[in-house]
Amino acid sequence: MSAAGNTGRALPWALVTPALGWTLLFFVLPFVAMGFSSLTAHDGGGFTLSNYSQFFANPAYWQAMVNSLQVTAIVTVISVLLAYPFAWILAEQVPERWQRLALMLAVLPFWTSYVVRSYSWLLVLAQNGVINRALTGSGLFSEPVQLANTRLATIIGFVHFFVMLLTLTIFANLKQLSPSYRKAAADLGAGPVRTFLHIVLPLTLPGIMVGAFLTFVLCIGDYITPQILGGNNELLMPQLVMMQIGRRGDFPLASALSIILMAVVTIAYLACARWLKIERA
Amino acid sequence: MLRQHCCWRWGALAQAADLNALIWCDHADPALLQPFEEANGVKVNVKEFEGTGAGMAIVEQSQPGDWDVMVIDSIDIPRGVEKGLFEPLPEDKLPLADLFPQVKMDSSTVVEGKRYGITEKFGYNTIGYNKTKVDPADMQSLAALTSDKYKGKIAIYDYYLPVIGMAALAIGKKTTELTEADLPAIKDELLKMKANAKLVGEVTASQTALATGEVDILVGGGEWVTAGLAKENPALDFSIPREGAVLWSQSLAMFKDSKNKELALKFIQYIMSPEGQARLATSSCYWGMPANTKAALTDEQKKILRFDEQPDFLARAQPYPAPNADLDKKMQDVWTEMLQAQ
Repeated sequence: MSAAGNTGRALPWALVTPALGWTLLFFVLPFVAMGFSSLTAHDGGGFTLSNYSQFFANPAYWQAMVNSLQVTAIVTVISVLLAYPFAWILAEQVPERWQRLALMLAVLPFWTSYVVRSYSWLLVLAQNGVINRALTGSGLFSEPVQLANTRLATIIGFVHFFVMLLTLTIFANLKQLSPSYRKAAADLGAGPVRTFLHIVLPLTLPGIMVGAFLTFVLCIGDYITPQILGGNNELLMPQLVMMQIGRRGDFPLASALSIILMAVVTIAYLACARWLKIERA
Repeated sequence: MLRQHCCWRWGALAQAADLNALIWCDHADPALLQPFEEANGVKVNVKEFEGTGAGMAIVEQSQPGDWDVMVIDSIDIPRGVEKGLFEPLPEDKLPLADLFPQVKMDSSTVVEGKRYGITEKFGYNTIGYNKTKVDPADMQSLAALTSDKYKGKIAIYDYYLPVIGMAALAIGKKTTELTEADLPAIKDELLKMKANAKLVGEVTASQTALATGEVDILVGGGEWVTAGLAKENPALDFSIPREGAVLWSQSLAMFKDSKNKELALKFIQYIMSPEGQARLATSSCYWGMPANTKAALTDEQKKILRFDEQPDFLARAQPYPAPNADLDKKMQDVWTEMLQAQ
């Protein structure tokens, strides 16, 4: 009994140890090292809070956070608005036997390199790109419009990627939804719109929130897309972090900026926490 | 990076006699490395980096002896010496007498009487342009960069030191005499350039923008942008304006803890030889002027690089700004403000 009890207690720990070890090694330890670095001076001096105070004192640094939050919010909202109907069409309108193929086609952009995809968008949006040629060729515009190297280009690049991610999470949520909910609503006299607003949408909210949170986290920490498509006409937080490393190798300031960015992500997590539980309430 | 480092270490252990080089992309060209490898029966393992800070970080994360040679901005050699990384080079075994005198950069490459680096390649951060789209006469003055005539036609190379140097030249300051007091006027000049610019891009982005016609002028461009594209796009050119241009130069240094110092010196000698210099100057990554006047370039290559005009160019060029750590930080902050300005 005692041996069996010990085994019973040890087994969960044995199962969870690899994951704990992984988290400790690849998250907790690097995070502690980064925190320690953020509290040291670049010139090798001792303890300092100056790396944090610089962020709050320099409007150009603040602006990077504001830009990041604005871009991330816009991308998340647009991606949700595009992904939901897309996922709904896939889950509800496409015949079951075609769904797998349709889903595979939907996530096709994931198969290409992120960098290549961003440069492809640059070519599409460039002055001599497909869109500008169509606009000037059709006579709608006499001169090419500046699309590449703008915030709009960054948002387009992000949305293209994250719509696919959100489609997957919302699709999975919609497929889990039992058809009996809708039948019961119809029996009680609810029309399609009312059923959607009062039954389907609230029940798929966890899927939306999980996808939106993932979009928020991945978008706010992304360096590649704004660097390639944004033309550096404004800086986002990841670009500001990278800037500290390039020539000056100012890892303490880069660490402090990264930790501030992580704090913002944590706040976003706490705001979404009630929808991010695995089990449905 | 950790994973790459892991794998690289495995390779290094497998072939301890190899040369391990921390390089810029121009040294990764097989046309440059293969002749050395074949002549010496060794393999040159390379790791590319951008920016001295990133390079120093790789060194700090490595074991002493992991690296044999490093390519570095000439002005940053004292940083490596201060960290105790570099080995003095034997001047009598290097072709110092054949170098363009202006690019020897002894104020940076020689520390306390010992030579720690040798300039291998140089060029100018100046005005790169498409001569079929702009008036070449306008490109003889930095004032064109802030003129309404070229609004929206300009890209700015995203590296604060050379472009701040150009802004300093535009307002009549010498790049070697910049102080914190000059920064407000430099910032104003940068903001005027930004107001005219379509984008601020790193090497690939700014080069692509000029090559594809997205912009007609590249602030900070030079032969390193236009020469490599000369065959595909002969309309690209560069000028050394009346106010001057900023001279960039890259050097080779040997690590103090190198386990293959003899091979490392051979590599430096090869790169500095007329043949090595020609291959480095015309590397597939980017072209630049060879530091050695005897580089074995063809007449066509010399014409593209404007080799014969170098004495005049060098006379008008000013050194890369070499600020101390405090001013460097303030310059980067000015650059950040320029990037954020709308």
